[in-house]
Amino acid sequence: MSEKIAVRIDDLTVAYNYKPVLWDIDLAIPEGVLMAIVGPNGAGKSTLIKSILDIIKPIAGSIQIYGKPYKKQRSLVAYVPQKGSVDWDFPTTALDVVMMGTYGSLGWIKRPGQKQKKASLEALEKVGMLAFKNRQISQLSGGQQQRIFLARALVQNASIYFMDEPFQGVDATTEKAIINILKELRKAGKTVIVVHHDLQTVPEYFDWVTFLNVKKIATGPVKDIFNDDNLTKTYGINYKVSVQQ
Amino acid sequence: MDLTEYIELVFTDYTLRTITLGTAVLGAICGMLGSFAVLRKQSLLGDAISHAALPGIAIAFLIIGTKNSSIFLLGALISGLIGTFWIRGITSKTHLKSDTALGLILSLFFGFGMLLLTYIQKKPNANQAGLESYLFGQAATLLESDVWLMIIVTGISLLVLLLFWKELKLLLFDADYTKTLGFNIKFLDILITTFIVIAIVLGLQTVGVVLMSAMLLAPAAAARQWTNNLAVMVILAAIFGAFAGVFGTAISASHNNLSTGPVIVLVAGVFVLFSFIFSPGRGLLFREIRFRKNRNDLQLHKTLSFMYNIASTHEDIGHPHAIKILNNFQGFTRKSLQKLEDKNYVKIEGNMWSMTESGYHTAANLYDLLIKDEDE
Repeated sequence: MSEKIAVRIDDLTVAYNYKPVLWDIDLAIPEGVLMAIVGPNGAGKSTLIKSILDIIKPIAGSIQIYGKPYKKQRSLVAYVPQKGSVDWDFPTTALDVVMMGTYGSLGWIKRPGQKQKKASLEALEKVGMLAFKNRQISQLSGGQQQRIFLARALVQNASIYFMDEPFQGVDATTEKAIINILKELRKAGKTVIVVHHDLQTVPEYFDWVTFLNVKKIATGPVKDIFNDDNLTKTYGINYKVSVQQ
Repeated sequence: MDLTEYIELVFTDYTLRTITLGTAVLGAICGMLGSFAVLRKQSLLGDAISHAALPGIAIAFLIIGTKNSSIFLLGALISGLIGTFWIRGITSKTHLKSDTALGLILSLFFGFGMLLLTYIQKKPNANQAGLESYLFGQAATLLESDVWLMIIVTGISLLVLLLFWKELKLLLFDADYTKTLGFNIKFLDILITTFIVIAIVLGLQTVGVVLMSAMLLAPAAAARQWTNNLAVMVILAAIFGAFAGVFGTAISASHNNLSTGPVIVLVAGVFVLFSFIFSPGRGLLFREIRFRKNRNDLQLHKTLSFMYNIASTHEDIGHPHAIKILNNFQGFTRKSLQKLEDKNYVKIEGNMWSMTESGYHTAANLYDLLIKDEDE
């Protein structure tokens, strides 16, 4: 792993109305890690990702993607929102949703063509959803919808991937399929940052972890810092997880 | 007046032709833009905007002192836009939710508009007569110039939709994601909202402040039932809207005293009702039919698999059994047995049934069969 920093966050503070959601976060995410962001509900995990992606305006602090602000580095970043953030009854097909991943590189007004369609079909194949390309999205299961979202991010062909709870409400098969794709991405030198809820699987899935609860509790390699001490600090109760190394 | 007479009149009578064309174009543009309002879950925004336009009309009259539909339109547009941006402001700057903001702006602006209307009515100015027709609309006041304006605006909005189709679709489906890709969602939002406001304002003269939102929502809601494709939905909504306009005008013209706006809205309502019940994919009727068919199929399968269990205990699967034997099992009726015989799964002779080769085979692979059904 190189020592290059993919994402650097300094003194980030975010508040909804008056209540701080993120408080003075400093974070440096090295290039090429597969990182989990863990923390209790309301810890600001999604907010952290949304701030990095410039969806939410922070009160203070700076965020840099490879040394430059996000606005200049959009093409390097892909985003998988929470599945529940959109209306799946929207009148469109699976392939069409994946094609949306190409819109950013197309820019304004220009329509997707054969090249974009081919890339989208490839992404669908990668997530094992090619057979469902013409399926209306409301007729997909939760796991299939999650795969579609993943394919949409894959088609962006980015260097850094942000994913908001990609394992939420998916079955074991889909979870395995998704984690395999994430590991492949890491192998290809990409940086993957995942909001994650299942603490049991952190050591198996990820090599880097950030503990978050409004403040940053700890960040680093899973094998060094994924321990009861940090878990207790983050979740506030005495936490015991058997961490297999 | 009967139908042939009416159709003749549409082509010969200037006023009727103008009104018919006007309501058709209005229905089309409202259906088109209404699809976006419905999919953005901003159905009630249309209601708030149309009510918010009323004070604009009244103030425009107070300033110029005569009736001039173009100036009224401008007044309505300005006050409709102010209302819209105040709703935005309230939801983004306070804790209030959008339904509260909509309700507030709707009633405040409408109340203010009514106040101005009564004030105008008290003034000794003969020109004010008919101003209140903006409440429920009066299609008869449509002039050819009004219709031309509608056609031009429809053309422009069609152009804008085609130009920004990709971006607008993305915004409708996933606004946050649209932002991360670098599209200016504020611009897109203002663009589509402005055109929705324009469409509403155009319809005030014909359909009126109170009923205008139905013009926006009904064709879109009906169209959504028939398709799973956004482009088709927008086109269908435009067609439904146009037909509602034409039929509504026809009905009101052939029944002398019916006011056009409400009739158009009711016709659009009939389209919605019809679509909710009869559309093949999402309609209630077909859903019920599918549900019953599935239940019957399942019952048939249950009976068949019960028979299979009995038949498989014998060496000869065709060994006859008494129908009575099925009695302790609730899933069969004479009709379902008949159906099984029709499919050549069993043979029935008097009070005995026996399984056929094909029935035995089907029963053995029932689960595989069900899975295959689902894939198709």
